[in-house]
Amino acid sequence: MSVDRRSMLKILAGGGVAAASAALPTKARAPLEVPPAAMGMLYDTTLCIGCKTCVVACKSANDRTPDPGPWGEEALYDAPVDLNGKTKNIIKLYKDDDYRSYMKMQCMHCVDPACAAACMLGSLKKNPVTGVVTYNPDYCVGCRYCMMSCPFNVAKFEFDLAVPNIVKCELCSHRIEDEATLTAGFTRYPEGQGPACCEVCPREAVIYGRRDELLEEAKRRIAASPGRYYEDRVFGETEAGGTQVLYLSHVPFAKLGLPEDIGDKGVPDVAYSVQEGIYYKVPFAIPVAMYGALAFVMFRNRKANEGEGGGKP
Amino acid sequence: MGRAELENWRETAESGNQLQRRDFIKAVTMAAAAVGLSSAAAMKVVEAASKGLKPSVIWLHFQECTGCTESLLRTSHPALSTLILDLVSLDYHETLSAAAGHQAEENLLATMEAHEGAYVCIVEGAIPTKDDGIYCKIAGKTALSLVKEVADRAGAVIAIGSCASFGGIPAADPNPTGAKGAPQVLEGKTVVTIPGCPANPYNLLGTVLQFVALGTLPALDEKGRPKFAYGRTIHEHCPRRAHFDAGRFAQEFGDEGHRQGYCLYKLGCKGPATHANCSTQHFGEVPGAWPIGIGHPCVGCTEQSLAFRVPIHTTVDIERPMPPDTYPPISADQGSVSAVASGVAGLVGGGLIGAGWAASKKLGGGDGAEGSSDKEE
Repeated sequence: MSVDRRSMLKILAGGGVAAASAALPTKARAPLEVPPAAMGMLYDTTLCIGCKTCVVACKSANDRTPDPGPWGEEALYDAPVDLNGKTKNIIKLYKDDDYRSYMKMQCMHCVDPACAAACMLGSLKKNPVTGVVTYNPDYCVGCRYCMMSCPFNVAKFEFDLAVPNIVKCELCSHRIEDEATLTAGFTRYPEGQGPACCEVCPREAVIYGRRDELLEEAKRRIAASPGRYYEDRVFGETEAGGTQVLYLSHVPFAKLGLPEDIGDKGVPDVAYSVQEGIYYKVPFAIPVAMYGALAFVMFRNRKANEGEGGGKP
Repeated sequence: MGRAELENWRETAESGNQLQRRDFIKAVTMAAAAVGLSSAAAMKVVEAASKGLKPSVIWLHFQECTGCTESLLRTSHPALSTLILDLVSLDYHETLSAAAGHQAEENLLATMEAHEGAYVCIVEGAIPTKDDGIYCKIAGKTALSLVKEVADRAGAVIAIGSCASFGGIPAADPNPTGAKGAPQVLEGKTVVTIPGCPANPYNLLGTVLQFVALGTLPALDEKGRPKFAYGRTIHEHCPRRAHFDAGRFAQEFGDEGHRQGYCLYKLGCKGPATHANCSTQHFGEVPGAWPIGIGHPCVGCTEQSLAFRVPIHTTVDIERPMPPDTYPPISADQGSVSAVASGVAGLVGGGLIGAGWAASKKLGGGDGAEGSSDKEE
């Protein structure tokens, strides 16, 4: 191949001009808003008694096989240590000298979900009306970008299966047959069609409904007992761009595994602002500079080689 | 019902051959309640009985130990006398009948003719089928022909005990007589099976009472067992369940755990795979009188796949594992690598390093040769 330095530089310059002249929007993507009928859950650590009825109900409603966990081969219990390919909902325990609290973990159904943004084929989607993040295995290629992108470490993979799927809470969307109706201030599905964990909870420690209703209820609880809840704050109201599953806790959220200081920007928003910096702010400046530097190194080495082999016949 | 009250009741039930109507109603209502029938249904039984409309019962004995009859003899509300004289008309029962020989046989034929299509046929014991069923004969007839004859003309067929339900002990390997349960012999006919070794008499009483009161049979599962009694596993209502959930097990008979009343699963308890109401309806209403209650693992006598097939002290799989009485921490240690996986990874990694070393040696040799030729030129 005989591309001399002059023609190579010409090509590079041409590419830069072409990139610069292409009409590009200044911002690629606006953060998603709370959908009109966003459904979610509200979990209150002060009410949870750790009975794990929700774990049992979730398993059976979602037809998940038991996970013996640390008991291994004996298979006496369904004892997952964390969310996994067999577990969409789990109750954990936080314990130290000052606090003791149960913690329910499942998909947060983010207002602007990182997993759906990361999913290259649209297998994970946010329902435009209810905002529930659902998964369609038909398009999934198993890249697991959703797992890496999730700020709450929720999406899991069926590592033990030959044809694995992504596993995460879909707010029991598969159970819904009839429209939700408003009863006594809360949006309700007919019995047996709402999220299984909320339906079976004996203390209503986790309830479901529209996000605005739940937020109102959470604030009512905070107002009714000031000081009962950590920082008088509802986790999920604004965190990570807002989530549709909300938490009230008497323990600092960070101790329960919730990224307290995640900020108010959604993960996709953060990711896009980085990309924006690279590709849009000064169009292609950074890639051009990087490839330019690479080309410079290559040409310098080539020249050095040519100089060495100059004596060849 | 307290124990004293129970004793009281037993006395009146046993001494009272002159059973008052009030006592009779009480007996029927309690029996009905014990098996989940409403008091309205109980009143129907009382009415039917007072009109003399008692269903005729023919009780057949085949390959068995008579344990089911023996346990029925020990029920007390209603007492057996109430049951066989006031509630039903027990017209043929080889153990209990006063008649014998030809007289008994005549009674059987007369009953079948008089109550054709209405009598209840209760089968106790397995039916031998090998060599045309010659291994069990009554009055010159084989059990096989007898059960077909009686069941064909019956209004309802009930198999009591594990032997009649699925073969039980007579059908255990190597089954020399080709013993089978009543449902297998009477194909195409609805047979209510009340397995158990022996069967809890209340499950029979409930079935018979419903037939008497409403003329219907209880809802059955796919093995013909009444759902009111066999709908759930023993494990689900076991009084030792809390110990199971907490991981507290008796490891051997007589050890500290066994004395503390811990879970008997590791001693071979079949409770997690056995559908029966033993844990809620104790045997012959004596409190705690059932295997697990007295410290022995359940042997799974109501399950065809377990009873007399799986050794008594062999553990079974848990049908539907539930969470234990522990909690995972907020962030658990994840991703432990198994020995096999690390071995495979080691082999692959080692192979790659070896291949890389061999390749680099080859390349290095080539470069060296080129270099030397360059120098020569």
